[in-house]
Amino acid sequence: MDRPIRVLVAKPGLDGHDRGAKVIARALRDAGMEVIYTGLRQTPEQIVEAAIQEDVDVVAMSILSGAHNHLFPKVVSLLREKGADDILVVGGGVIPDDDIPGLKEAGIAEIFTPGTPTSKAIEFIKANIKRLA
Amino acid sequence: MPDNETANRTKQEKKEWEETRIAKLLAKKPERKDTFVTGSNAEVNRLYTIADIENLDYLEDLGFPGEYPFTRGVQPTMYRGKLWTMRQYAGFATAEESNKRYKYLLEQGQTGLSVAFDLPTQIGYDSDHPLSEGEVGKVGVAIDSLKDMEILFDGIPLDKVSTSMTINAPAAVLLAMYIAVAEKQGVSADKLNGTIQNDILKEYIARGTYIFPTEPSMRLITNIFEYCSKEVPKWNTISISGYHIREAGSTASQEVAFTLADGIAYVEAAVKAGLEIDDFAPRLSFFFNAHNDLLEEVAKFRAARRLWAKIMKERFGAKDPRSMMMRFHTQTGGSTLTAQQPDNNIVRVAIQTLAAVLGGTQSLHTNSRDEALALPTEESVRIALRTQQIVAYESGVAETIDPLAGSYYIEAMTDRIEKEAMDYIKKIDELGGAPRAIDKGYVQKEIQDSAYKYQMEIEAGKRIVVGLNKFQIKEEPPKGLLKVDPSVGELQKKKLLELRSGRDNADTFDKLQSLKKAAQGDSNLMPYILDAVRAYATLGEICGVLREVFGEYNQSVIL
Repeated sequence: MDRPIRVLVAKPGLDGHDRGAKVIARALRDAGMEVIYTGLRQTPEQIVEAAIQEDVDVVAMSILSGAHNHLFPKVVSLLREKGADDILVVGGGVIPDDDIPGLKEAGIAEIFTPGTPTSKAIEFIKANIKRLA
Repeated sequence: MPDNETANRTKQEKKEWEETRIAKLLAKKPERKDTFVTGSNAEVNRLYTIADIENLDYLEDLGFPGEYPFTRGVQPTMYRGKLWTMRQYAGFATAEESNKRYKYLLEQGQTGLSVAFDLPTQIGYDSDHPLSEGEVGKVGVAIDSLKDMEILFDGIPLDKVSTSMTINAPAAVLLAMYIAVAEKQGVSADKLNGTIQNDILKEYIARGTYIFPTEPSMRLITNIFEYCSKEVPKWNTISISGYHIREAGSTASQEVAFTLADGIAYVEAAVKAGLEIDDFAPRLSFFFNAHNDLLEEVAKFRAARRLWAKIMKERFGAKDPRSMMMRFHTQTGGSTLTAQQPDNNIVRVAIQTLAAVLGGTQSLHTNSRDEALALPTEESVRIALRTQQIVAYESGVAETIDPLAGSYYIEAMTDRIEKEAMDYIKKIDELGGAPRAIDKGYVQKEIQDSAYKYQMEIEAGKRIVVGLNKFQIKEEPPKGLLKVDPSVGELQKKKLLELRSGRDNADTFDKLQSLKKAAQGDSNLMPYILDAVRAYATLGEICGVLREVFGEYNQSVIL
């Protein structure tokens, strides 16, 4: 790999809980990745546009409001529409186990639930990155 | 408090004890760790003695409950007179569903209501707004108009309960709806008891449900202060909140510091708008977190009370003692709960409940064990409420006032937290006050640094969280979590359609136009908002008009 992994950390929807998103953004950066953080209240369209414009390898989203089933798959399908389905998409937040299979089926590569060490997310991204592989 | 001779002799003898006895012991068997720290990373000594409180002046620094500087509590008899209000934050899905949950909680012995609104409501969008998609009814109840509010409080007499509403940017609108529902019940506004959160600065810092830029937001807040001081005199017009600052990762001292710095900004704004300090300051209330470090948390509450009293008296020249009294609500720490072995959370919440009660809270929400997983089930909420009742009726801690006062450790830590908070407030003053410090991202950065440090300590195993990074077990996925019916969004949309076709639209638009004109000028907006609400204008329509005039807040994104 001759350049650092580029990650867009995004907060889709109206949820304002960004402690996790900011902690993960800093951990990814400390692990040598280039991180862009969108800030709050991003629509799926805005996230996809930022991902393409910033030419990222990974989109990492965080939701704690319960809107994940609606918003995560929407980002994946919009990325596909734009032909950017080689971007790895992961998600995190307060997400019930029951919802995880559906989200994975919709194309979210992994879901990180509360208590996951940042190191696990870092390893997952490094091992599963589709671009640069 | 102690005479100097006792303090000096104790200091001397403690030194000898550490140099001889302890040193010898440590050579053979070291302590568990090189340094011991609190939950907020403040260093903890091996032993506290009378020498650690040698500068404490009982009458000046502690005084009596109900008297300045209120270190020991705001009421003269505290829980001997009346227990704290047990107030569980609740609300989800539709007004009908939430109304059922409130009635259940009241039947179970809860003594006040606390309304959770969904995110579209908190951000001033109707349920049919494109940005509301997927969020309707999720983290709280969806309220689009007075119609929903009438259903929410159906059969609940508003002159008998006190209601706390977690609403900030559109607080004026929800308060107006509450007043209007009360009118329909035949209850006049001067009989209403309750609280609106109405704390926009911490939304910019930590919670995220802002709408308007700082200046018009501060105007709405002072408009509410002014209106309520005349029309709704028993209402707590703001709940200046450290809770979310702590949830975002701050330390205990930062929680006190940033909350009080926000409080100072609100008082300054109201004074600048021409209000008399003693007309509005008695209705200011606060909201804090209770974490697991029991003794540090108790000290935190005491320090916050003393510091606020001094600020109000010395900085703002308040004369009415009620203006100097920090009354506060507490919620146990959501971020301390683990998704792993969730029943362990019951124990955490019990410790945090003790912290809040020993710290002299006026009301308390105890979190449910399953909140790291989903919204709590009815059973989990009941256990959380029972935890408060056990502390109230069985533990004995409510029988005397401020029982930990005079503990060397507690008093030393109360002093430390007060001092650390004061240092931060000075720094924020230098930056031009809380709103400027927030615009610059200073406050957010301080909190993020603490949050990151905390997470790294957990990952390095320096900090143990039971069940998370030690004492783990293999677990089955939890069962029976609460699920919000996804059809809530559709239902709310249908209700909105009916509302818009059933009301006198000409009248509604008229009222909205008057509000717009008022917003462009500088009159108090509360009466205009109340008129619009009575004419069944929706929350989204009212906030939409204000968005047109005021614009929207731009978050400063800092990593």
